[in-house]
Amino acid sequence: MKTVTLAHGNGGAENQELISKVFYKAFKNDILTKSEDAAVIEDGNLAFTTDSFTVSPLFFSGANIGKLSICGTCNDLAMMGAKPKYLTCSVIIEEGFDIKSLEKIVNSMKKELEINEAIVVSGDTKVVPKGSVDKIFINTTGIGQIQQKGISSNSITQDDVIIVSRDIGCHGATIFAAREGMDMSSDLKSDCASLFIQVKALIEAGIKITALRDATRGGVSAVLNEWANQSDVCIEVDEQKIPVSNEVNGICELLGFEAMSLANEGTFVMAINKDEASKAIEVLKQFENSKNASIIANVTQQYSKKVVLNSEWGTKRFLELPTGELLPRIC
Amino acid sequence: MQEIQLKDLYDGFRDAKTIKAYKKIIDEDAKKLDRTINIMEVCGGHTHTIMKYGIPQLLPSNIKFIHGPGCPVCIMPKERIDHAYILSMQKDVILVTLGDMIKVPGSKGSLQEARSKGADVRFVYSPMDCIKIADENPNKKIIFFAIGFETTTPMTAALLNTVIKQNIKNILFHINHVTVPEVMSELIDSRDEHVDSYNHNIDAFLGPSHVSVISGSKIYEKFPKEYNTPVVVAGFEPVDVMQSISMIVKQFIENRCELEIEYKRLVSYDGNIKAQELINNYFEKVSLFKWRGLGNIKDSGLKLKKDYEDYDAEVIYKDILPIEEIEDHKLCICSDILRGMASPTDCTIFGTACKPNKPVGSCMVSSEGACAAYYKYGNLL
Repeated sequence: MKTVTLAHGNGGAENQELISKVFYKAFKNDILTKSEDAAVIEDGNLAFTTDSFTVSPLFFSGANIGKLSICGTCNDLAMMGAKPKYLTCSVIIEEGFDIKSLEKIVNSMKKELEINEAIVVSGDTKVVPKGSVDKIFINTTGIGQIQQKGISSNSITQDDVIIVSRDIGCHGATIFAAREGMDMSSDLKSDCASLFIQVKALIEAGIKITALRDATRGGVSAVLNEWANQSDVCIEVDEQKIPVSNEVNGICELLGFEAMSLANEGTFVMAINKDEASKAIEVLKQFENSKNASIIANVTQQYSKKVVLNSEWGTKRFLELPTGELLPRIC
Repeated sequence: MQEIQLKDLYDGFRDAKTIKAYKKIIDEDAKKLDRTINIMEVCGGHTHTIMKYGIPQLLPSNIKFIHGPGCPVCIMPKERIDHAYILSMQKDVILVTLGDMIKVPGSKGSLQEARSKGADVRFVYSPMDCIKIADENPNKKIIFFAIGFETTTPMTAALLNTVIKQNIKNILFHINHVTVPEVMSELIDSRDEHVDSYNHNIDAFLGPSHVSVISGSKIYEKFPKEYNTPVVVAGFEPVDVMQSISMIVKQFIENRCELEIEYKRLVSYDGNIKAQELINNYFEKVSLFKWRGLGNIKDSGLKLKKDYEDYDAEVIYKDILPIEEIEDHKLCICSDILRGMASPTDCTIFGTACKPNKPVGSCMVSSEGACAAYYKYGNLL
């Protein structure tokens, strides 16, 4: 690792290497190294997180960088069982950027904040000379109040099953299609959405969540691999149970991707006790956004720290952590 | 009119019932074999299918795969990658190539690393995208680093055809196209230095079929005839591969040795004549092309004809492109592995000097190569 390459930002193996060898090395502490979506602080009462958004194109089917910047941070809080409350918003804008587009972006942020019942309480703007950034980059940081304690990707056991909240890969596939200028007659759009409302419903239904994570960069594949690794278990996925739309499958066929590795921005993966799984599915199916929720995997000890994909015809293979350069700047 | 969906292209070819039915047929037929047969899938696309769908787990123990050298990225030698690296570092050059090529290291580093040092390196899905890049960057030279087997050569030829017809002045080509039959012959014919023998363990070939969509199945005719090795030209879905294996097994139990086509929905004996003409218009054979891990193979590469050397980056930039050969690691046994004579774990540099992020031989470059697969999975699955 001599220079930073785009592969270091892929949410997969190289990304983890960069984080552990440079950032963890310098900043290491007990909270940080838990490596959760959001840090849990103040005796487990608050969740705290930050995220930067650099997506290109800025506007895409289903959302834009503004909506994404609120969903991303609020979802990281929600994934720790926290109600998003206070956000900061920092923007770096390239000289010459169109004010109309900026207003459109900020209005999308406002709308998404309302959905989360959260507010922006502090902010910063910087304008830089042309060429110093590509149009606009946004950072948001958020604090949330934890509603259910103990959600952690380090505590998954064989008593759990794994659920995904909806059909996967829509965001990644949408951005790919937009970047490649693929003009297809399709309903494909990003899944970008705020997830706290579903998490809240699960908690209110009395469901005890073991682990929860939104499957952003690196997709469901990265989440499952991190979980298998952090909880020292084997996650055995039933391939035919994974919900994937025809449109996403089509893009994967054309460009040679796996839906499991494509990014999502409004899809979560949940580990939950077997006995509560059908109740959780019932709760999730009430929402349009998670009507395709499905139990996709069991937890075993067959191959330690590995994710195994079982096919319909009785073969198995390891699902690897995505490596190399996925499409950069998807979020 | 009914809309055609992408899934119509593979529906049925991934059907679990059909796959299981073929498994049953192969299991029964394989009992009649008097020995183990080793089938080489030449093409990286087939290796991908075999790994992704877990085909080896469906086969009886007397049918084995040897993963072949058919990944154009994996076989690219350091010398050629160095050319790409050097070209990408030139002022006002945009180097364009296909997909995974940017990951593979040459002696100076990978194109990905060149880009992190400021080079403008882009990857495209279609070579024709170069036209748009050239149009948007009139003051830059676009160099298309062309890779691939017979399948992608016509696309490069079509790009050159358009460049000439539209009189586009800022697109050049660095040609690294290679051909399949020559490397197949090489694996069977040549003497292996490490084991000092002409032996190989390849009993049959799964023939690359997208190559044959262009070149026809005729290019494999000599293998059953002259080498007594059956070839079945196979499609890329799991049902295609299972059916093709079944066809090969049947040839053995019926004592036949033939060229057969399983992928009949796209492959004909003669192939795509128009694409072949386009290739022949612009390209000619180079006498030797070096393959990573296999060394120089006669007549296995293409270059632009002399008439088109104004478009040839190798000619135009010849003063800065080194021609010295970089010696392959002496201990790399890729060629033995590809002949089915050795296993990755027999190699002394496996997992030490040669790893997926620092590959020596072609078998370690792509995740589908035999060595990379062993490195990742061991013999676990």
